[in-house]
Amino acid sequence: MSAAVRPRLAVWKFSSCDGCQLTLLDREDELLAVAEAVEVAYFLEATSGVVEGPYDVSLVEGSISTPHDVERIQEVRAASKVLVSIGACATAGGIQALRNFADLDELASIVYAHPSFLSALDTSTPIADHVPVDLELRGCPIDGRQLLELIGAVLAGRKPVLPAHSVCVECKSAGNVCVLVAHGEPCLGPVTQAGCGALCPRYHRGCYGCFGPMESAAPESLAPALASVGLDEADQGRLLRTFNGWAPPFRAASTVRLPDPRRRTT
Amino acid sequence: MTDALVTTAAFDALLGALADDGRRVIGPRVRDGAVVLDDLDGVADLPVGWADEQSPGRYRLRRRDDDAHFGFTTPSTSWKPFLHPAREVVFRARLDGAGFEVTPPDAPEPLAFIGVRACDLAGIAVQDRVLGGGRFVDAGYAARRSDVFVVAADCGESGPTCFCGSMGTGPTATTGFDLAVGERLGDEPRFFVRIGSARGAALLERVEHTPATEADRADARAAAARAVAGQSRSVAAGEVAGLLARNLEHPRWDEVAERCLACTNCTLVCPTCFCTSVEDSVDLAGTEAVRSRRWDSCFTLDFTALGGAPVRGSVRSRYRQWLTHKLSTWQDQFGELGCVGCGRCLTWCPVGIDLTEEVAAIGATDGAENPGGTPS
Ligand code: SF4
Ligand code: SF4
Ligand code: SF4
Repeated sequence: MSAAVRPRLAVWKFSSCDGCQLTLLDREDELLAVAEAVEVAYFLEATSGVVEGPYDVSLVEGSISTPHDVERIQEVRAASKVLVSIGACATAGGIQALRNFADLDELASIVYAHPSFLSALDTSTPIADHVPVDLELRGCPIDGRQLLELIGAVLAGRKPVLPAHSVCVECKSAGNVCVLVAHGEPCLGPVTQAGCGALCPRYHRGCYGCFGPMESAAPESLAPALASVGLDEADQGRLLRTFNGWAPPFRAASTVRLPDPRRRTT
Repeated sequence: MTDALVTTAAFDALLGALADDGRRVIGPRVRDGAVVLDDLDGVADLPVGWADEQSPGRYRLRRRDDDAHFGFTTPSTSWKPFLHPAREVVFRARLDGAGFEVTPPDAPEPLAFIGVRACDLAGIAVQDRVLGGGRFVDAGYAARRSDVFVVAADCGESGPTCFCGSMGTGPTATTGFDLAVGERLGDEPRFFVRIGSARGAALLERVEHTPATEADRADARAAAARAVAGQSRSVAAGEVAGLLARNLEHPRWDEVAERCLACTNCTLVCPTCFCTSVEDSVDLAGTEAVRSRRWDSCFTLDFTALGGAPVRGSVRSRYRQWLTHKLSTWQDQFGELGCVGCGRCLTWCPVGIDLTEEVAAIGATDGAENPGGTPS
């Protein structure tokens, strides 16, 4: 491919920790191939050189949590042919969406010496709540192999292979012994979307739900199994309310278990 | 000679002889708190002195008060991963000028399976008919399967999730093995070895053995009878196909759908479930492509996605598809049931859904229909 026709890639950051962008930089073995396949036109985490839009592909990390974010995401959308939200922040509001269940002023007064300097929204919400999103990469952080698959698929003009089934599919395919059934460890694998390669069960830990709800997530049906390994209702709620707590199925099941009149549910 | 006795040392030598023949020797061993199937270097790698406790949704190992090598029931996985692997390369292609250079997958290595339970032998036989027989033979399966040396292990005890007795598949291996062993404990531990093939007999000749007596045979029969008597679960194998076929609108499907997670564990642990999806991947330069095939399940939405939407969208329709295929339409399709009674789908279901209980619940109210007529 000649340099002139390389698709132009942009990587954007909203309210987030940069971990998903770093996942791209961490793919050291493939980074050169990526740089050959696309023109990195905007990626402040990697280079301060900026190429003006429009962009063929925009990877958007982070959630919408400030008035400035609300405006900026419109500009990014307008400048992008394909917009991909990457990571739990961009796809579900992220850890910072915990504030959606609480009172922002109260939280801010505990955390900051001068909360009046803050300009934040009451909620942290996913990109898709604000602009149309073409593709989504789940995870906290995203999985490097899935990211390369997505870039390769977009370049080839085909649908990326990003299954929406449970983590259990990857777990059993890897030959792991089920930590929930055999070790009595709480595991969110049956309600969580695949993509990580069942990383935690592989190391004898239960799944924490980093990749958010799977296609037909039924946390209410999993609850009896979590209870049988010693998780009370409140702990079940806390387990569901971590990286993807604002994703609707996890939100609904955690809200029933962590009732608080001040907390919003919608 | 149709049977013999061997010592533990001779049994170890037998495994060594299989390895000397260039086979990868696979059998049960303890890993991560469960009996799994993996490479064996010898009998010492077997789960010596371990038993398992299985119930719907729960599995634990416990110590036995003897040194039995086969004192557990079904291993956590079936032999499926070795014959019908979770992921397999169909072919690789490389862009070569104007065309493609296509490379077929590597030839499989010769295998020896040690300690195959009777239910799992039956499971392999079911997949033999589905993948290795009929008009469409799966080349990869046939290549891996053709030369496997099988050492079966008869069950002297069965667990609470076993129901091979009612499915007619166990607890004693009757066919499909080269050698079958039954373990005799006590002061002079011995393996009672039955011969199932000419190459089984030839292998036995390579290690020390003594003739078995009528008393040894009677012991083995008694152990099998004890194992079957210990089974509390059952499925009426002769009636279940008809029962499910005439109860497709039974309210029990709605009830089980409330509990089922559609997580796919039951299908992936099942020795007979064979469904797969094909995936293509291409490198970033667009010059190297791999077509692979991976396990899929009737519980995923993509599995029945047509024109962008799944045919079986509800969990009710997916659970019903799984159970009616296993225990009813498999009969129409392949002339037998698709369940061998190994009990894995009970144990490894995270919420302990028990197919024998679901069948019993439908049988108890045969003909009941959902008044509202829930859509599929
Ligand atoms: S360990 Fe978790 S992810 Fe793996 S099969 Fe069990 S429940 Fe599913
Ligand atoms: S359906 Fe269940 S009991 Fe029957 S063969 Fe499959 S895993 Fe074993
Ligand atoms: S029956 Fe159990 S193992 Fe099978 S999909 Fe439903 S919850 Fe998962």
